[in-house]
Amino acid sequence: MRNILKRTVLAATLAAALMGTAPVTQAATNEQFIPLPTYRVGPYASSGIPWWAGVIDYLRYINEVEGGVDGVKLVWKECETEWSTDRIVECYERYKKGYNGAPTAFFFTHSTPASYALMDKGVADRIPLVDPAGGRTESTDGSVFPYAFPLLLNYYSQASVGINYIAQKEGGFEKLKGKKIVTVFHDSAYGRETQAPMELLAKKYGFENIQIPVADPGNEQSAQWRQVRQIKPDWVFLRTWGVSTPVGIKTAARFGIPVDRLIGDVWAGSEADVLPAGAAAKGYQALAPFPGGADFEIHRRLRKFILDAGKSDLKDPKFFGSVYYNIGLINAAMAVEALRTGHRKFGNRPLNGEEGGWAFEHLDISDARLKEIGFFGLLQKLKLSCNEHEGGGAARVQQWDGKKWVLVTDWVQADRKALRPLIDAKAAAYAREKNIKPRDCS
Amino acid sequence: MSSQSQPLSPSFSRPFEHALLEVAARPFPWGPGALLVVAFGLLPWLADDYWLNAILIPFLVLSLAGLGLNLLTGYTGQTSVGSAGFMAVGAFATYAFLLRVPALPLPLALLAGGAIAAGAGFVFGIPSKRIKGFYLMVTTLAAQFFLEWVFTKFPWFYNHASSGTISAPRLEVFGHDISGPGGRYVLTLSVVALLTWIAHNLVRGQVGRNWTAIRDMDTAAAVIGIEVDRYKRLAFAVSSFYLGIAGALWTFAYLGTASASSFDINRSFQILFIIIIGGMGSIAGNFIGAAFISLLPLFLSQAGQALLGSSVDPGQIQNLQKIIFGALIIAFLIKEPEGLARMLRRFAARLAVWPLRF
Amino acid sequence: MNFFLETLIGGLLAGTMYSLVAIGFVLIYKASGVFNFAQGAMLLFAALNCVSLQEAGLPFPAAVLASVSIMIVLALAIERAVLRPLVGRSQITLFMATLGLSFIIEGLAQGLMGAEVRALDLGIEDVPITIGDIMVSQFDLFAAATAGILVLVLALLFNKTRIGVSLRAVADDTRAALSIGINLNRIWQIVWAVAGIVGLVAGLLWGARQGVQFALSLVVLKALPVLIIGGFTSIGGAIAGGLIVGAAENLAEVYAGPLLGGGITPWFAYFLALAFLYVRPAGLFGERAIERV
Repeated sequence: MRNILKRTVLAATLAAALMGTAPVTQAATNEQFIPLPTYRVGPYASSGIPWWAGVIDYLRYINEVEGGVDGVKLVWKECETEWSTDRIVECYERYKKGYNGAPTAFFFTHSTPASYALMDKGVADRIPLVDPAGGRTESTDGSVFPYAFPLLLNYYSQASVGINYIAQKEGGFEKLKGKKIVTVFHDSAYGRETQAPMELLAKKYGFENIQIPVADPGNEQSAQWRQVRQIKPDWVFLRTWGVSTPVGIKTAARFGIPVDRLIGDVWAGSEADVLPAGAAAKGYQALAPFPGGADFEIHRRLRKFILDAGKSDLKDPKFFGSVYYNIGLINAAMAVEALRTGHRKFGNRPLNGEEGGWAFEHLDISDARLKEIGFFGLLQKLKLSCNEHEGGGAARVQQWDGKKWVLVTDWVQADRKALRPLIDAKAAAYAREKNIKPRDCS
Repeated sequence: MSSQSQPLSPSFSRPFEHALLEVAARPFPWGPGALLVVAFGLLPWLADDYWLNAILIPFLVLSLAGLGLNLLTGYTGQTSVGSAGFMAVGAFATYAFLLRVPALPLPLALLAGGAIAAGAGFVFGIPSKRIKGFYLMVTTLAAQFFLEWVFTKFPWFYNHASSGTISAPRLEVFGHDISGPGGRYVLTLSVVALLTWIAHNLVRGQVGRNWTAIRDMDTAAAVIGIEVDRYKRLAFAVSSFYLGIAGALWTFAYLGTASASSFDINRSFQILFIIIIGGMGSIAGNFIGAAFISLLPLFLSQAGQALLGSSVDPGQIQNLQKIIFGALIIAFLIKEPEGLARMLRRFAARLAVWPLRF
Repeated sequence: MNFFLETLIGGLLAGTMYSLVAIGFVLIYKASGVFNFAQGAMLLFAALNCVSLQEAGLPFPAAVLASVSIMIVLALAIERAVLRPLVGRSQITLFMATLGLSFIIEGLAQGLMGAEVRALDLGIEDVPITIGDIMVSQFDLFAAATAGILVLVLALLFNKTRIGVSLRAVADDTRAALSIGINLNRIWQIVWAVAGIVGLVAGLLWGARQGVQFALSLVVLKALPVLIIGGFTSIGGAIAGGLIVGAAENLAEVYAGPLLGGGITPWFAYFLALAFLYVRPAGLFGERAIERV
């Protein structure tokens, strides 16, 4: 036994050394490489599994049905990260130079902490870091952050969409005056990110802004919701993540807070968040830059060519059209559209990171284009530019009917004009701290 | 009587003198010397950016953290599961010094950060006077959670950044920019080598002997006149000093950024595993354990992909990896409680007499 | 005042949920001196088993019974593969072995049964009922009742049966117990099986509240301070500790939380535990160890 153990260890070390040292270099092919930092195990696996299935299904669809992006085939590799920042950084380092001669054009971090961690490296290596509906809010200012893209809906816009939706429900912004809006948030960088815009919006519209933190992991929240009940809020904005969302919804119900007064944020609005809460979640609403549902045009195509052909990465087809699956689809679609944008400038060939950065910065997806690719209603129209790295700033609102998400609004636009000065000030402070000379974006 | 030994200050100079004598008498350590030559002279040129950034730097930092914990757990016998909390103290303190005292050069900022971490360790080591064993472990858990909370809750620590993360303001040593992978590697390696040398001497000296006496049985140590409480607190402080510097290096030399959640309870467990696998009460063991723990997941996922291809769900490979990892830990505890360090030593001994085994 | 009372009662009830987790630890520690960090993983494993079997079409009682048998098999396997080879080793070594064990069980649980979040409906509406002015959660009452029944059953098991008597003998003096012919391995198997079943009960209750998913294994961290306060060796202590932690945590979050910026629950319980440790180093009900040179 001892010998076996010893030999295994020795063999393992040797093999690891060999594998690590042999760099795989082959002649460049007509392939675009896409690194995928996944999390299929660990605390967030329930989100990760359908997410990567969505990404991979769409990439397969592009490769097999459309023959690649303008003829360029997509190849990808996964690294399991369990959503831990250092392993995402490790994945980035492993694949930033591409794989087998196929270059890397962008890196989806899928994690706000990782977006922060990679911020400097992305600039140094010229690899665009994309983190839709997350990331570093001030990197919306592309003049200071040329290689970071908090696409779709940054955290400030999330707060703003939430308030705009509440105003819509109340019947106008003037009705917000004197209302009590409680934000129950996951006590982390992600959770605190909306404090500044909420303060600004509270001043602007005259509502009372109360912030209540829930410490990680958040599996016992009676103290917090007792406080919420004491406040008797008009609305509660739920900015939790992971297990703290279903526990939050359930505990709210226990304290008699009506569920239709809860508005979940993007990362508190998937099936995994409401299913465990059972009946208590019926009527819960959430912001949806990534709406749930399997009836969009793209789902029809995927069902025909991927799902029914047995090529789907989904083990359990009941997740087809779930929120996280759709997140995967939407992210993959934005990446593919960015590649197309790049091809128009650089020719139909694999792009490197610098070209990928240019491509994302010039991404322009119109409603007509959305209809063509089958994403109309699922993805908002996007237009990015040199100093505008968010591009959308809208979300739909969906409501849980006990079985599925039902979209209750069209796209609700964030008040980006009001928030932009806050973002610019933070970006400028960052530029000062890091001695960055902002690019000229005019 | 008086002429035989006349220490200048009884508590300090004697062990120091001894150490000096020992150093003079010892033959030149060829093994570690050769390793250092390779690590300093060859690796920065041989290894590519990926190896430096993603494997060698974290490996060195984890070794240092393991060393810190080993001083406390392996040498003094006080189990701690709050190592990551002290790493966080070091990281955030170093950041504060770099940010608020711009005149301070990086090495001094690291030192100061380590000193603050040592102070925190000292404070959380005070309960060791009354509390022992598992119950003491809970003190360190409390430290872990409390420190994590402090560094998320008070924006001063991360310069009011909305995300709660800190990032390296500048990385230069005496005017040289060391922000490239090679520079960061050499910085990490120098710090680790220096601190390892100090630790090596520390555990061989009077302090280390007192620590091991306390580890083996603290009541007995008290009976023979060792100031048990003082040495326990000292162990906490020294251990946290090492961990604090490891935390700062993790932040500034490896990731370039950190938040309190980079130093969560799982990091503490990881460091504990390093010393279990590498070997408790062994200096080399920390390096072996850290190498093992940072290379094994890479190896397993590579092997999984190579052997099973894409036919197996990558999630399953991860689960399998977790199982293998757990099984290895148990196997080590059962078969080789003194860790890989001991195993390699025995292997070397056997190799030395090979093929004449008898 | 009503608000204070409500917070207190709510906290006490929440505390019984912690106690449920803590009892599993106490059982194992008492009989084998192992601080079983894998208790959280066992809880996850048991609850996942039960939910998966239910999804496969088994009725709830059958799923529970099947899960119970799976936990017994798991206990036998752990005793054979981990505990027996480590007999006589230091407590810290055994603790670390359970850390490894928790990796194995978590990997197995997720590998075999998937990582998605599962809803678990025990059929108890989690809506509040009001008594006078005070709002109490029905589910919490149910959980408290379950904990009470569990403790009663365990008390009967340990005081009235032969197994229980030998178990107490082992806990009191392992060597003496061995010398009179008590089969230590058998006792360990039984205790780990019982702890697994307790884990199943706790897992189902916690799972009903937060969904059956990986995060279930994190409730272990909540149980530690409970153990410290109550002592590692007393089931009554686990209950008392749970109540104290639950009440203190809730009161502190509501009254002291706003002063400190909120979110103090993760460490507050630990500090409370520390304070207790200073006064009573072996917990409220623990046995004080006497050291000999």
